[in-house]
Amino acid sequence: MATPLLKIEDLHVEVDGKEILKGVNLTLNAGEVHALMGRNGSGKSTLSYVIMGHPNYKVTKGRILFKEQDINELATDERARLGLALAFQYPVAIPGVSVSNFLRATTKATRGGVDVPIKEFRKELTENMDKLGVPKDFLSRYINDGFSGGEKKRLEILQLSMLKPSVMVLDETDSGLDIDALKTVSSGINALATKETAILLITHYQRMLNYVQPDFVHVFQDGRIVASGGPELSTKLEEQGYDWVTQELTIA
Amino acid sequence: MAAELAYDPNTNIRDIGDDYKYGFKDKEDYVFKSGRGLTPEIVESISKMKKEPQWMLDFRLNALDIFNKKPMPTWGNTKMLEDIDFENIYYYIKPSEKSEKNWEDVPEGIKKTFDRLGIPEAERKFLAGVTAQYESEVVYHSIREDLVKQGVIFLDMDSGLREHEEIVRKHFATVIPAADNKFSALNSAVWSGGSFIWVPEGVKVEIPLQAYFRINAENMGQFERTLIIAEPGSFVHYIEGCTAPIYSTDSLHSAVVELIAKPGAHIRYTTIQNWSRNVYNLVTKRAVAEANAKVEWVDGNLGSKLTMKYPAIYLTGEGATGEVLSVAFSGHDQHQDAGAKIVHAAPNTTSIVTSKSISKDGGRTSYRGLVKVYPGATGVKTSVKCDALLLDEESRSDTYPTMEIDEKDVSVEHEATVSKVGEEQLFYLMSRGLTADEAKAMVVNGFFEPFTKELPLEYAVELNRLIQLEMEGSVG
Repeated sequence: MATPLLKIEDLHVEVDGKEILKGVNLTLNAGEVHALMGRNGSGKSTLSYVIMGHPNYKVTKGRILFKEQDINELATDERARLGLALAFQYPVAIPGVSVSNFLRATTKATRGGVDVPIKEFRKELTENMDKLGVPKDFLSRYINDGFSGGEKKRLEILQLSMLKPSVMVLDETDSGLDIDALKTVSSGINALATKETAILLITHYQRMLNYVQPDFVHVFQDGRIVASGGPELSTKLEEQGYDWVTQELTIA
Repeated sequence: MAAELAYDPNTNIRDIGDDYKYGFKDKEDYVFKSGRGLTPEIVESISKMKKEPQWMLDFRLNALDIFNKKPMPTWGNTKMLEDIDFENIYYYIKPSEKSEKNWEDVPEGIKKTFDRLGIPEAERKFLAGVTAQYESEVVYHSIREDLVKQGVIFLDMDSGLREHEEIVRKHFATVIPAADNKFSALNSAVWSGGSFIWVPEGVKVEIPLQAYFRINAENMGQFERTLIIAEPGSFVHYIEGCTAPIYSTDSLHSAVVELIAKPGAHIRYTTIQNWSRNVYNLVTKRAVAEANAKVEWVDGNLGSKLTMKYPAIYLTGEGATGEVLSVAFSGHDQHQDAGAKIVHAAPNTTSIVTSKSISKDGGRTSYRGLVKVYPGATGVKTSVKCDALLLDEESRSDTYPTMEIDEKDVSVEHEATVSKVGEEQLFYLMSRGLTADEAKAMVVNGFFEPFTKELPLEYAVELNRLIQLEMEGSVG
């Protein structure tokens, strides 16, 4: 069997001295889409930040392997250059920095520090923008500055489509989207799901999973994965809520 | 697409050499170098060497008297000011016999310096005229033929006085009298070099004119004097840049710049100051804008040990507009005390002040501003916005805004913010593969973008590069 792209082993994480993740195990292989579902406050976003190496999150036990390499000691930018990426739930604004300059700089950074020839870059960018229904004026606007919720999410997916990471964590990319935007963004995500990539979709609604079909669904609760299954699990969650998971766990 | 200039993605921060790249120095080879310290004899010899008219000598000697009597400013960084040793400064150094019109004729050593600074190249590419000043004197000067034909005068100040004494005498020191402050008095006593520009009525100089100021000697005092007169309905954009070598002891740069925008004229004055960190930069800049005239100060302050500079605009005619857009960048042991002074002395005048400052490694920035509205100046609109960005806990930023409004029918806006480079911003940028240095430089460049987009492309690129240099190794 091929090497997993991302393997999380017994991961324990503290923020400000409080344990948030309490033993997460998860394996993402190439060509797989995983959905991680759970209530607000269950620790889903923490997991996404830890994978990306946020300095405020302290790994106290366990490890994260990217293609068998332990990345615990790597800085955020090093992880990004290896091929990890996070689509943020709440992308921050960077006033004064245009989207086009940003994309050009980050594309270079994640492609081995080599500049893509400007013509090629433009062509690739235009194609991706068309796919995501992103208007041209996006490019001269400042990163997320005054963007609507939907625009921010489109920009996140646009970035992923330019940076071409192999492992993508999408943190509640569906939140704040109307139905049309959800469809467009979902088709953008589907385009990112290839034989070479692995995607972890973090969400607490079934909604998006109607458009992006996961291969695996995990239920996250109190800092760990408490149930895993196929797509049917998300349907059950949608119909019955999260309470049954809690009950089953209590009984167990 | 001005927004695209904010960040040059082609520049890899790691590829840039360390620190201040203009810190090199030349061997001294001068025609004349005064002794240290300031005496009436030195002032007389400067005037004599320049073969000035008697009125200018009288003006200088009177100014010297004022300088000796005037106390040091009581604002700004008074501690740093006290450290200036006026007895240790060389007040006049003449590097060559005359100002040249061809780069080839400039003395070899000096020419090399300006080559290294990229001045001849810049001139070829995008300037309509250039003045290059080395120590006290202008060593190179040129202006495009078509501008000469249109009657535009662009000379070094000394030549201006010689060739156009009447115009100079009528305007010189009318905007900034010698007695304005201690440093304007000092400049008035020992001034040398600078630019003299006169734009005839209705003539629009579409391409910028540039002056470049270079200090080379240790303990040098550079006191250039610039006077720009824009006749009714004319336009001119003037750009100045400055650098100096790094020495262990201090140099002093104390310029006086006077702008006169006659009715309907438009003057834009852009400064990219990048002095080495041993230079005191104490400059007096003031403009008069007559009816429907417009004056813009675009002022970028990097480098220097202490900068105290508050570009002023006196709106003396109805409908006049004044804008001051400034950025300051302060690092370790540096203090940028900058701001703006706007005087509304006529009805329906408008002013906009935008000040952006960044402090890092314990550096200090201050905004010091005054907006004054005289009684009877109705329908005035003024807006003052100061944003400070702190890159670490040790750095400091202060705001000292003063409003003296003696008229009721006035619209005043004032806004001041202090922010820190957010951890979340850095995390976001780094999650896209940018290093911590690159991420910080990007946030900083973005912060300065409202300023950068007002610069000609070449300067915008240069400024961004300078910021990246300043940011290097700033992430602990």
